[in-house]
Amino acid sequence: MSLRVVGSPVLRKEVHAKVTGQAEYVDDLRLPDMWHGITVRSTIARGRILSIAFQDGVKWDEFTVVTAADIPGKNIVSLIVEDQPYLATDEVNHLHEPILLLAHPNKSLLEKARSLVKIDYAPLPAIFDIDSSLSGDHVIWGTDNVFKRYLMEKGDVEAAWSSAAHIIEGEYSTGAQEQLYIETNGMLATANLQDGVTVRGSMQCPYYVHKSLMGLFGLPSDKIRVIQQETGGAFGGKEEYPSMIAGHAALLAWKSGHPVKLIYDREEDMAATTKRHPSRTRHRTALAADGSLLAMDIEFVIDGGAYATLSAVVLSRGTIHAPGPYRCPNVRVRSTAVATNSPPHGAFRGFGAPQSIFALERQMDKVARALHLAPEVFRERNFLHTGDTTATGQTVSQSLDLAGLQKHALTHAGYFEKKAKFKVENGRTKVRKGIGFATFFHGAGFTGSGERYLQSVITLRSNSDGRVEILCSMTEMGQGTNTVLSQVAAETLRIPYEWVSILRPDTSLVPNSGPTVASRTSMIIGKLVENAATDIREKLTLPINYTPAEFVKACAARGTMEVSARYHEPGAIFWDDQKYRGDAYGAYSWAIYVAEVSVDTLTGEIAVDRFTALQEVGRVLHPVLAAGQIEGGVLQGIGFALYEKVLFRQGAMINNQMTNYIVPTSMDVPPIDVLFEEIPYEHGALGAKGIGELPMDGPAPAILNAVEDALGISFNHVPLLPEDVLLAERRVA
Amino acid sequence: MTLTVNGVIQTVTVPPMKRLLDVLREDLHLTGTKEGCGEGECGACSVMLDGELVNSCLVPVKQADGSRIETIESPGLELIQQAFAEAGAAQCGICTPGMVLAAKALLARISNPAREQIREGLAGNICRCTGYQKIFDAVEMVSRAKP
Repeated sequence: MSLRVVGSPVLRKEVHAKVTGQAEYVDDLRLPDMWHGITVRSTIARGRILSIAFQDGVKWDEFTVVTAADIPGKNIVSLIVEDQPYLATDEVNHLHEPILLLAHPNKSLLEKARSLVKIDYAPLPAIFDIDSSLSGDHVIWGTDNVFKRYLMEKGDVEAAWSSAAHIIEGEYSTGAQEQLYIETNGMLATANLQDGVTVRGSMQCPYYVHKSLMGLFGLPSDKIRVIQQETGGAFGGKEEYPSMIAGHAALLAWKSGHPVKLIYDREEDMAATTKRHPSRTRHRTALAADGSLLAMDIEFVIDGGAYATLSAVVLSRGTIHAPGPYRCPNVRVRSTAVATNSPPHGAFRGFGAPQSIFALERQMDKVARALHLAPEVFRERNFLHTGDTTATGQTVSQSLDLAGLQKHALTHAGYFEKKAKFKVENGRTKVRKGIGFATFFHGAGFTGSGERYLQSVITLRSNSDGRVEILCSMTEMGQGTNTVLSQVAAETLRIPYEWVSILRPDTSLVPNSGPTVASRTSMIIGKLVENAATDIREKLTLPINYTPAEFVKACAARGTMEVSARYHEPGAIFWDDQKYRGDAYGAYSWAIYVAEVSVDTLTGEIAVDRFTALQEVGRVLHPVLAAGQIEGGVLQGIGFALYEKVLFRQGAMINNQMTNYIVPTSMDVPPIDVLFEEIPYEHGALGAKGIGELPMDGPAPAILNAVEDALGISFNHVPLLPEDVLLAERRVA
Repeated sequence: MTLTVNGVIQTVTVPPMKRLLDVLREDLHLTGTKEGCGEGECGACSVMLDGELVNSCLVPVKQADGSRIETIESPGLELIQQAFAEAGAAQCGICTPGMVLAAKALLARISNPAREQIREGLAGNICRCTGYQKIFDAVEMVSRAKP
């Protein structure tokens, strides 16, 4: 018999605690004799630190003060390149860079104390945008301000220009975007020589924090313990920066001898922590007379901020996604991540792909228009099919019918009728309507050989009462990890969902399953859960078609058993990191998103009236959670397109409040129709592919394509605000 | 100062300008009420004060002296909480307590709200995860289930 667990809308594992307010987020915790911490930050963008003085006004002897000199191990936030200090020593490289830390038992004294720390600087020239960084007039990082460059080539782009019937160029840019998880960042640490360091907090990647703290304290693995508390949203924003905060809280605890809680308020969180990388993309597209793609030449640049952090991998994903789901014999993507004196930009849902896909899908509409082809006709002529190769030379092995998906999405959205109707009606009203769409893919899991290097492990424990526990480091941050992994275990073991539980990620208890990022949890880690569950089934003495009762009996006979599963590359995956060729991702999810907009030509306001999100994501494990991922991602994408503008001064965000950084509210969200096509992926958990990041990619280009349909004006930058629309209307008039 | 919190009379000795949010969380250990922005924009700290939905980060406790406060820990919210659970209206959960109370306030005013009224009724509460659709669904579930 089979219990239908996967595909049914079981309740989210931790939902009772969440709807009753009992879920414990880090700021809800308190420990005896707990102190509170605060971070003293740079007030200039770049310069040398000359002196630090503690001015009168508080009793300084009551405070614990930590500087870089107090660090027992390495003053480096461990990630990819070892360039970012926990605390600045001689020089600062961006506004709000941490310089020293304060702790006191009374939280209300901290802000005053922070204002009394006087730091003198000798300023150095700073740079704040991509062009200044590329010009090399001031070198602020390495020898040339470049964190990373990629060259991804297929065929011979240069040879294609001469035979082209049309060559279309375009330039596109995207702004920074704040993740704006509603729970701000925070950590609670205890630390002493005897027990080592324990940190609890809001995070995506407990083992990133663990590794970084080992270096910071020079302690062995078993002396560092990292526990994820309930995490109130992350969206990438709690991928790398929590390592910094955990280190700060732990340093204060180490020196003060007290547990120290370090919680950012909203303004500090928005000003000091990571955002989506701003980007600029240039396209040059060559076409044959029949409208088929001959060559795509793409330059993609992202602003990484002051330290390397994750920019190289964000750039990598953006690079690979830049040519999109199109068949093209000659492709060249030249991409660069540059340094500026901004707080480092970092992970945010989509991870480089929303930036390069925005550019691509605006360019595809531009090309279609230049060729006098309908955008859907032009795309259909150039879609990838099963057996084609992508820009990295990866063969599309799955069954893929993008033209069919496109037709389905457009039909569902009433695209053709609406387009015709709007065209007739738009001349008569001040509010113009438009409809547009974008087609795209998103690769799931780490790029290239990433998963091979990660070697993720999970453990499944079956107990003698038939209850099963999942031990892994995958974090629940709202997206449904606890639920989906439990479903996979229950379905594979053919036991009720309620019998499966998942341990809270705690590095002293769970193995390293890698970070909770890159749309990898369901597909990659879910598969490990499935494999371990299959292994348990084989190790227990079970009849064929056993019942849950027989499972309990077998578990009782066996006693507690632990089985681990480790990631192995499925089949013949090949990736060449040097040439950027091969199988970039184990699987791709595919999508067609359609946006319908109203533009008020008097105020410039744009409203999204209706949204259709159709995607092929492999098997849908939980229909409600999956739809929730799409709806939430689409709304973040609408925010990226129309509302969320990060204003910078001296490289740092100055509208760092929810009063003036505008995210979509319930009044801004249109009805969103979510449609799934399910083609099971054999190497994903029970057929699943990645889903979490995909919905971030499509809304911005779909919306701007719709705005162009409404106004006949081409906009090539997001966010697109009412004032941009009004200025453009004035130019056209 | 004396507050009736979730039906229990509580006396607190705190500075009069201390935020109601902090009194609830720090002095009364009712940590279900969350701080999202500290400036009345996000609604994560929503509670009911004498039957009105307020942002507890904007209320000095002095202003609540002698009032009835209702938080997410209050009994009587089960129907809404169950609907949020079933509809998939809670993802990360941090906006959920405030959203549940906002839903309660809305349903107290309009027992059978149309979708547009739900949108308006929840406009003071920001959710970054769900795209709101499932929260609207949850409110509709409650209004349908009501006798």
